[in-house]
Amino acid sequence: MSDPPLLEVEELIVEIPTRRGTLRPVDGVSFTIGRGEILGVVGESGAGKSITGAAIIGLLERPIRIGGGRVTLGGTRLDTLGEPELRRVRGARIGTIFQDPSTSLNPLKRVGDQLAETALAHLDISRGEARDRALRALVDVGIPAAAERLDAWPHEFSGGMRQRVVIALALIGEPELVIADEPTTALDVSVQAQILALLRRLCTERGVGVMLVTHDMGVIAETTDRVAVLYAGRVAEVGPTRRVLTEALHPYTRGLMGSTPDASPERDARERLAQIPGSMPGLTALPPGCAFHPRCPEAMTRCATDRPHPAVRGDTRVWCWLHPPDEPPAERRP
Amino acid sequence: MSVGPDTDADIGTRIDANAAATAAGTHPDARPGAFARAWQSDVAWSFRHSPVAMLAALAFAVLVIAAIGAPWIAPHTPFDPGSLNLMDGFTPPMGEGMGSGERYWLGTDDQGRDVFSTILYGMRLSLLIGLAAVAFAAVLGVTLGLIAGYVGGWVDALIMRVADIQLTFPSILVALLIFGVARGLLPPESREQMAIWVLILSIGLSEWVQFARTVRGSAMVEVKKDYVQAARLIGRKPSAILFRHILPNVMGPVLVIATIYLALAIIAEATLSFLGVGAPPTRPSLGTLIRIGQDYLFSGEWWILLFPSITLLALALSVNLLGDWLRDVLNPKLR
Amino acid sequence: MFAYIVRRALQGALVLFVVAFIAFTMFRFIGDPLESMLPREATELDRIELRERLGLNDPIPVQFLRFVGNAIEGDFGTSYRNGVPVAEMIAERLPATLELAVVSAIFAAVFGIGLGVYTAIHRDGWLANAIMSASLIGVSLPTFLIGVLLIWLFAVELGWLPSFGRGETAELFGWRSSLVTVSGLKSMILPALTLGLYQMTLVMRLVRAEMLEVLRTDYIRFARARGLSERAVNFGHALKNTLVPVITIIGLQLGQITAFAIVTETVFQWPGVGLLFINAVQFVDIPIMATYLLLVGVLFVAINLVVDVLYAVVDPRLRVERPVGRA
Repeated sequence: MSDPPLLEVEELIVEIPTRRGTLRPVDGVSFTIGRGEILGVVGESGAGKSITGAAIIGLLERPIRIGGGRVTLGGTRLDTLGEPELRRVRGARIGTIFQDPSTSLNPLKRVGDQLAETALAHLDISRGEARDRALRALVDVGIPAAAERLDAWPHEFSGGMRQRVVIALALIGEPELVIADEPTTALDVSVQAQILALLRRLCTERGVGVMLVTHDMGVIAETTDRVAVLYAGRVAEVGPTRRVLTEALHPYTRGLMGSTPDASPERDARERLAQIPGSMPGLTALPPGCAFHPRCPEAMTRCATDRPHPAVRGDTRVWCWLHPPDEPPAERRP
Repeated sequence: MSVGPDTDADIGTRIDANAAATAAGTHPDARPGAFARAWQSDVAWSFRHSPVAMLAALAFAVLVIAAIGAPWIAPHTPFDPGSLNLMDGFTPPMGEGMGSGERYWLGTDDQGRDVFSTILYGMRLSLLIGLAAVAFAAVLGVTLGLIAGYVGGWVDALIMRVADIQLTFPSILVALLIFGVARGLLPPESREQMAIWVLILSIGLSEWVQFARTVRGSAMVEVKKDYVQAARLIGRKPSAILFRHILPNVMGPVLVIATIYLALAIIAEATLSFLGVGAPPTRPSLGTLIRIGQDYLFSGEWWILLFPSITLLALALSVNLLGDWLRDVLNPKLR
Repeated sequence: MFAYIVRRALQGALVLFVVAFIAFTMFRFIGDPLESMLPREATELDRIELRERLGLNDPIPVQFLRFVGNAIEGDFGTSYRNGVPVAEMIAERLPATLELAVVSAIFAAVFGIGLGVYTAIHRDGWLANAIMSASLIGVSLPTFLIGVLLIWLFAVELGWLPSFGRGETAELFGWRSSLVTVSGLKSMILPALTLGLYQMTLVMRLVRAEMLEVLRTDYIRFARARGLSERAVNFGHALKNTLVPVITIIGLQLGQITAFAIVTETVFQWPGVGLLFINAVQFVDIPIMATYLLLVGVLFVAINLVVDVLYAVVDPRLRVERPVGRA
């Protein structure tokens, strides 16, 4: 990449202190997002995708906290910011989209008001201008008859429309980065493609980077430029989407590809979907060494004792002893 | 056991095995459920680590023991008119009675009754009525709730309708009404004797609703589970199913409600006695004492009011604290 | 929404019917209504004649209808104790209770909501925890004890406020009020405090619990993710959503307070309908008891209905039936 990345996440650790010890739902996650680029973050439920997103904007609920690593947005370090500064980053520099549009909007506040208040919080404009921006935001996301809908209540919109409003809310502060946490999971299949296309268009037009969290490989294939595969709080590999999908380096990623239904005529329709035996370990039962090794068909002795160090293969980064690093790993920074 | 696909015979064997296990009481789901399991581990741990709960339990235990042991601990018997010495009236705490020269720890009231003894016996009465009323409410409420949840249909609708109507009114009003009606039905001579029973009845009847509602909800959930179907299949009587299998699984919330309502019952009894429609004057409870105390506030005999008040507050507070702690501990959401 | 209101009204009517029937049963079958109306020398024949004249031998439904008819016209019978029409006695004492109830309710609502919001926002602060502990004591203190202790402190020891009664009253358009005189206002303070304290504690705990729930919702999280200030989140969003269910509860409180006034009026010898009711229970004066029950029933049903309508008005989700638009 020639330009400096917009977002840099290095060795991020998120901890939860419990009675039975400290758990790490995110343990040494690293990736970058460039300007105008869509990075998919994919993994099973519980792999740590959503918590990573929450950690980046500092929305972790006590007692969950960041336990190490760094998060940098365009030169500013985010993980050490206090709450007042974080509030200025949220909405103004990073927009967020949550999964369920039916619970993301305050049911007792009109849509136009929710948009206007967000604009007022971050841009130095008057109330009238804020209302204009709200109207424009609704138009941008494709809400028909936007002028009348400005004063509508959230429950008067359908699911897909509501998610468009959510996207409008995420973008109205003119952020540089958008974190979209499973934005289409709660929507009808027919609506999903539209929403993704909208998101993609808006972000590419404005040069906004996107971190798209999902468990759906189809979404990854359709919408993202690069993809990071998460497993048990760690990254398996990060790289350009086309490359990762067709020539996966990590056995887990290969397993995921094998389990995706392939509609191409070459595949025999009666072939069973490949399954990875076993299931992802829970936070309290993580194996030593590489978290995937008990299920890995190519596990070696080393995998059971040492956690893999990251290696670079072209424009992909992978964490697997099948692809050992060429140089000694960089020191883990505090 | 055959290795091939399930045949009807196999399924039949399985159901019978389930039923047999249920009958023997060893079916995993039919074990005394949430309550017993919780007691073994988390509850005991939480208790040991909660100073408030331990303090409340201690205070409550002390009060209960004092109340039970009243006949032996109390230096006087305050409701035996023969033992009273009118000249000892209005003695301040730790003072000596002017008539008998005895030392009264907490003073005496207008009739020469020893405040300390009266508090002990009064607490005894308050606890008795409170526990009896809650027990009555619990038995009535739990039974009706189990029936409503298990049977469903119009029985359920009827019971819940009555519950809703009663809930519209504050329980104190319901208690007062039942009390008034009961007294109206009794001939004047027996009114005083029956006062305590009427009190228990009226407080109990005003409190059954919450038990019924909670148990009904849990019962409706349990009824759908396998072990109940299995028991029905082998022909166990509904009452056996209800009490031996479903009941243990709903005991947790019932216990929490019982503690909360015990505090409410104690307060209700005290209120009714204070109002003059509760415990008879010959067997005063804490509420009666407080009313007498109020009358003598202006003339300076403050001890008649203060000590019963402190006792009542300690009683209600310790029960409430225990109830709060119990609710937090048995709440699955907070685990 | 119209269907909703009609349904609630019907439920209310059902409750009223049951309450009226209970009141009627009390009137008719408990105690002896003839007892107070006959002179001592009355013969058996006189008795039978009186029964016939009063219509006590008619079928029950007829008697019930007559009872309801009388009630609607304001005829609630005569007190067993002093022979005065019950309607008159109640009308005379109603203003006292109503004024007390309204003042207490306002006190309970204002402080309950205020403290509830504060303890929810500053969840881990020491002051909030102190207030919550104090509230636990408040719930364990019976109303009458609060009253008596307040009397001790402010009337006996400090001598600032009167210990009983309503003080001087003045007549305003046929309504005898104590809020317009100085002594009346002074007399109102302790009883209102007593009556309102328990309610205030309940409201506070309710508001706190509700607000904590709201603060955990997705839309609050989303509001924070948009970078809105804490003030905007707490008061612009959370408070509004918290108050919707709370307002309805407070409405219901008003009905409850009117019933709880029984205790407070006894403690302070406040000349309201509550005190009237207690005296009636003590002397088994059935007509007053039954009438009080009926009136309280009407009051509760009416308040419940108003609250239901209010709920529909305030929550826009209940107004519109179907969402509009497609993806």
